[in-house]
Amino acid sequence: MPATLHKPVAGALHIAVHIGALLPLVWLVYAIPRGALGGDPVKELIHYLGLGALRLLLLTLLVSPLARVLKMPRLNRLRRPLGLWCFAWASVHFATWLALDLAFAWTLIGEELVKRTYILLGFSVWLILAALAITSIPWLVRALGRRWKQLHGLIYVVVILGCIHFWWSQKSGWLEPALYLALAGLLLWLRREKIRRWLGGFA
Amino acid sequence: MTRPGTLKESQITPESVYLNRRLFLKGAGLGAGLMAMSTQAGLLDFLTPRSDPATVDLAPRETLAFKAAEPLPDLTLTPELKAISHNNFYEFGTGKTDPVENSQGLRTQPWTLRVEGEVARPATVDVWELIHTAALEERIYRMRCVEAWSMVIPWLGIELGEFLRRFEPTSRAKYVAFETLYDPEQMPGQKNRFIGGGIDYPYVEGLRMDEAMHPLTLLSLGMYGKTLPPQNGAPIRLVVPWKYGFKGIKSIVRIRLVEKMPPTSWNLLAPDEYGFFANVNPEVDHPRWSQASERFIGPGGLLDQSRQPTLPFNGYGDQVAALYSGMNLRRYF
Repeated sequence: MPATLHKPVAGALHIAVHIGALLPLVWLVYAIPRGALGGDPVKELIHYLGLGALRLLLLTLLVSPLARVLKMPRLNRLRRPLGLWCFAWASVHFATWLALDLAFAWTLIGEELVKRTYILLGFSVWLILAALAITSIPWLVRALGRRWKQLHGLIYVVVILGCIHFWWSQKSGWLEPALYLALAGLLLWLRREKIRRWLGGFA
Repeated sequence: MTRPGTLKESQITPESVYLNRRLFLKGAGLGAGLMAMSTQAGLLDFLTPRSDPATVDLAPRETLAFKAAEPLPDLTLTPELKAISHNNFYEFGTGKTDPVENSQGLRTQPWTLRVEGEVARPATVDVWELIHTAALEERIYRMRCVEAWSMVIPWLGIELGEFLRRFEPTSRAKYVAFETLYDPEQMPGQKNRFIGGGIDYPYVEGLRMDEAMHPLTLLSLGMYGKTLPPQNGAPIRLVVPWKYGFKGIKSIVRIRLVEKMPPTSWNLLAPDEYGFFANVNPEVDHPRWSQASERFIGPGGLLDQSRQPTLPFNGYGDQVAALYSGMNLRRYF
């Protein structure tokens, strides 16, 4: 029998997710003027946002194995806010690159998106996340039915591409991105049966 | 017009930035009265970084006497606080703020620089004596980072060529090899590969002899009227304005004149991305980003970003392009 996660506790967890994902963004407004990201925060800001999105993605994937181990299926409801926050962070990450790094130089943006594979990877990840976020609207979840599960299995692809995008964006050093990739691999391995069924769904 | 004496920074820097700097530079010993003046941040100043004086206690810097540069009306200086808090100095960590945060304890005094190799008179130089006795010149140079951002910085220093001539290079001296301090106790990135970005330390750089002897090549001993802060390569560093910033090796302890092209750190790490020459070239992209334009780090706030076209040889083509005549710059990037 599943252990009970009492309603108030579940509600508190929900709120904790929102606060936990929002606070580091609010912190930026306080910290950037105080130089916490350096005299020129653009590069650090992009990195901070990208890494935050990746962490939220990994957290999203951690929920269902955790719910299984703790026998608390209600925990699974946290996947939705976590996933949506991941998309929000990824969007701010992308927007920062567009607006602050490339200063809306659209020709350059177009060229970079096509020519630089690691940027193309990041862009693809963002597009998939956008599709997943839009189809999280309750009536679309219902309308899509079985296809919804099939679509949202793309998170398995997203997490791997996201880690490669991170690795590729590094100027040097591989330890940190390797850790993220290993963590992603572990989280996918924990649900290997589910992934096999998901892949079978395309046949 | 050049004139001796100290050029007031307020003359070449917008006033708001000049005042902001006071807020930041607590470590430089500036009074609290001036700090109070700059706290009335306007709406446009929103998100303009002013490093928190409470978070970083800056190492003291000495004010230097120098021959001021001629005013360059086309160039806007990068505010000093940005130039000293946005750095690549992987010995102190790979993040842009790691150097300012982790380097303030660097022992820069005393500091000796060994000059040896293909020279008639090898010697060990007392760098502080050099700082206090050399006729320092101000050079306002564009600085283009290989990561496609740029600054304009008023360096103080002496021409590397003039300096090297003191040691009487021999006819076998074809290249100059530079080496940064190796001291893992002081430089966390050298102690731990995770912090140091996987570079094999000490950091090494090199120039061809004619590049080293070129009058634009500066052995820098200061910036913004004062000695160099640790995060910018105190007490002595290289500045080669027509090359990407990583050629400007910091905190130098050894210069060797050699016959063969010396190894260089970034080239060793990723030879397909960073060449020996590393001349700024808008036509040769970095494999992972375009080098055709750059984000100029000027006095504006976070939301006030501008990109500008990158110039061949970073705008110093008239002076240096001849050094590379007949060379395929795509191949020798």
